[in-house]
Amino acid sequence: MSLEQFISNAISPWMKNPGPDDDIVMSTRIRLARNLEDFPFPSTTSQEAARALYKHVYERLSQTSKEKVGDLVWLSMDGLSHIEKTVLVEKHLTSPQLAEDSLQGAVVLNNDETISMMVNEEDHLRIQCLSPGFQLSEGYKYADELDDWIEGNVTYAFDEKKGYLTSCPTNVGTGMRASVMMHLPALVSTQQLNRILPAVSQLGLVVRGIYGEGSEARGNLFQISNQMTLGKSEEDIIEELRGVVLQLIERERSTRRELLKHNQLQLADQVHRSYGILANSRIIESKEAGNHLSTLRLGIDLDLIQGIEGNILNELMVLIQPAFLQQFAEQELTADGRDERRATLIRERLKLENIQDGGGET
Amino acid sequence: MQCQECNQRQATLHFTKIVNAKKTEMHLCEVCAKEKGDEFPGSNSYSIHDLLSGLLNVDPSAGSGAGYSKREEKEYTLQCPKCKLSYKDFINKSRFGCSYCYQAFSAKLDPILKRVHGGNHTHTGKIPKRQGGRLILQREISSLKTKMQEHIDQEEFELAAEVRDQIRELQETREKEEGQ
Ligand SMILES: [Zn+2]
Ligand SMILES: [Zn+2]
Repeated sequence: MSLEQFISNAISPWMKNPGPDDDIVMSTRIRLARNLEDFPFPSTTSQEAARALYKHVYERLSQTSKEKVGDLVWLSMDGLSHIEKTVLVEKHLTSPQLAEDSLQGAVVLNNDETISMMVNEEDHLRIQCLSPGFQLSEGYKYADELDDWIEGNVTYAFDEKKGYLTSCPTNVGTGMRASVMMHLPALVSTQQLNRILPAVSQLGLVVRGIYGEGSEARGNLFQISNQMTLGKSEEDIIEELRGVVLQLIERERSTRRELLKHNQLQLADQVHRSYGILANSRIIESKEAGNHLSTLRLGIDLDLIQGIEGNILNELMVLIQPAFLQQFAEQELTADGRDERRATLIRERLKLENIQDGGGET
Repeated sequence: MQCQECNQRQATLHFTKIVNAKKTEMHLCEVCAKEKGDEFPGSNSYSIHDLLSGLLNVDPSAGSGAGYSKREEKEYTLQCPKCKLSYKDFINKSRFGCSYCYQAFSAKLDPILKRVHGGNHTHTGKIPKRQGGRLILQREISSLKTKMQEHIDQEEFELAAEVRDQIRELQETREKEEGQ
């Protein structure tokens, strides 16, 4: 398989499409936690009850028309190899918990992988809708329609006062977690983010770094999501999150402009050094790769380097994770082996681009 | 990643502590984080479940074991009749066993939910469309029943009879819908 084919098979189709504000917002995710009446929750369930739940959901949903949803693929975890499961985790289509621990776990995907529904995770159903760029309302509308279709076929555990009943008390009510993945290199490098984060959490939102093999936030990528799910409507939750994300976008953009105005040469130097390291390394750790990819992406956004596709950061952040490296290598790899393959994959990938100098020297 | 304290459970909490420019990272499961909670005031955690540690930590058995009232002891031995999960296990795992647990533990639940959800304990969001019809109908019937009782109390029997007919109508609609 050629590298182009490998990449195009590995990346979810929706990731290749542009989205609103995708210079800063990489993707938007809406997740709804749902459980069915009269089935024990996955945390206490038995093998048989978990199988009964899966069978019930499968029979109800695979026999009804779903023109809004399209064709669905049902993948049960016990039919997948360890590497296949890890690939699903690295694509954020399933959770590590579902892949490794769950009884009768399954994931349901549509063609472009904008829908991924987990069955028998922490809750019976975790409906997830993914979209490129900043699309909170559109994402929710899509998730809401999907939820209506599912609810038309199964009976949810719902209480008038408590809303959708979930395994964990942090999800009860709407069961909704809306998340936006942001690339914030300028706010990180000017150390503004440290000051912003406490304020953001006071507004009832959570910020997470994106963890790789270690736990450190990598590649200046941050996921912002709502904390509370009870006592607010879905629309209110989305409005509040949108307000904060819009402010962060504005701050990041203006800081980028400032940096460009006062430090263009230094910035161009950094971008080209990062490109140099990515294009020439023989061994690279995921953290180092993440940081240089972030700088390269900033350079693309600021036009300091040309001829490289803008979504290279999204794409390579997925591809340089362990399971993909092992798929690419077609063998199991040690940590050292992964560092070598990672460097090779990135070099090969950059060779596909037609790199040109940007406006570094004015 | 495994919890670095117990090496058993999945680490879901990632703390970064910076002391004298020296950075220490901790990777803990919820159980161990709860135990270590006091050591990390203001630590920089990114996990959503961090809220739960401490919040649910209202375990009376963790105290000296003495001085608890009968009432507290009784609450603590609460159990869900459907899935048999005890309130104690719910606190330990911070997960419900089934949807009936919400009713079984309801006496203790609102304060916990308030702390997790910024003071809120009542759902104001989406109502499922198909089930919602039934819920709305039920809500209407129970409010009419209250109204009927009021009329009876006031000895307004004709009005009460009118309301009774309305209730019957709604009940018939409900039965028809459920029969489908
Ligand atoms: Zn532990
Ligand atoms: Zn229960």
